[in-house]
Amino acid sequence: MTAHVVTAHGHGSKRSLVIGSALSILLTAIPFWLVMTGVLSSPGATITTIFAFALVQIVVHVVCFLHVDAKSEGGWTLLSFLFTAIIVVITIVGSVWVMYHMDANMMPT
Amino acid sequence: MSTTVTTQAGPRVWHAREEHDHSGGATMIGFWIYLMSDALIFASLFAVYGVLSRNYAGGLGPKQLFDLSLVAVNTGLLLASSITFGVGMLAMAAGRTGRTMVWLAITGLLGAAFLGVELHEFATLVGEGAGPGRSAFLSSFFTLVATHGTHVAFGLVWLIVLLMQIGKRGLTEDNRRRVMCLSMFWHFLDIVWIGVFTFVYLLGVIR
Repeated sequence: MTAHVVTAHGHGSKRSLVIGSALSILLTAIPFWLVMTGVLSSPGATITTIFAFALVQIVVHVVCFLHVDAKSEGGWTLLSFLFTAIIVVITIVGSVWVMYHMDANMMPT
Repeated sequence: MSTTVTTQAGPRVWHAREEHDHSGGATMIGFWIYLMSDALIFASLFAVYGVLSRNYAGGLGPKQLFDLSLVAVNTGLLLASSITFGVGMLAMAAGRTGRTMVWLAITGLLGAAFLGVELHEFATLVGEGAGPGRSAFLSSFFTLVATHGTHVAFGLVWLIVLLMQIGKRGLTEDNRRRVMCLSMFWHFLDIVWIGVFTFVYLLGVIR
């Protein structure tokens, strides 16, 4: 039973590889196409779209290539991944937010 | 005292067998925790880039410096290497040593091509006078992207060593476990690159 779980975790299946590859090629090509051609007229819409695509692609990679789900390793990979994701978001968004407000509110020298 | 020693001898054998059953799983979860700590290193580098990315010190910005078609090629190479590694893992699951080695070798070549394009990009930037010392934006750019590139380079060293070990001993249990760890490492680097091409290159060219 344990051996089965370990094997399933490490190798993945042909199906998840095919789905993951197709999705990530699409999710990479579209943002590059959007930015290089400038189809969307407003930069705000383009930025929102490419960030949404990146977020979805990260989830696709984690699920289809790294095989993180509630079952693998008794749920510990999923739990540690979610914990890290929270810390990563706090670090990046928090730093940018704090520095933006420092820049906007401090007296110019 | 001596009775304690004799009673301990029994459970120790049982404990060893228990450990053996879980050894693969314990290695995988341990390596996964290492990858998560690596993710925190990249998070802080992304945060530094986010804070400094508009400080050009009177120099050129991302719009003038970045060549998006070059980055698109590079992204394609890394993504393809992740896919070929996945095919190699399937070959390993099927127990086909030769096929596994071929796909791992292809993965390595794609990774080497990625590094080649990246070094070409760095050399071009430095040649244009936009080296890491030019502005805070370029310092944080080179630190973030080169840290990722260094990871890829070490992944390549690991891959070559593994290929030699598989060539010598075949797909033993130890080698399988090593390939599985490297697979996680390689896919993880591709995930970090998603952040790099979105946050650094695409966003930089837009604004």
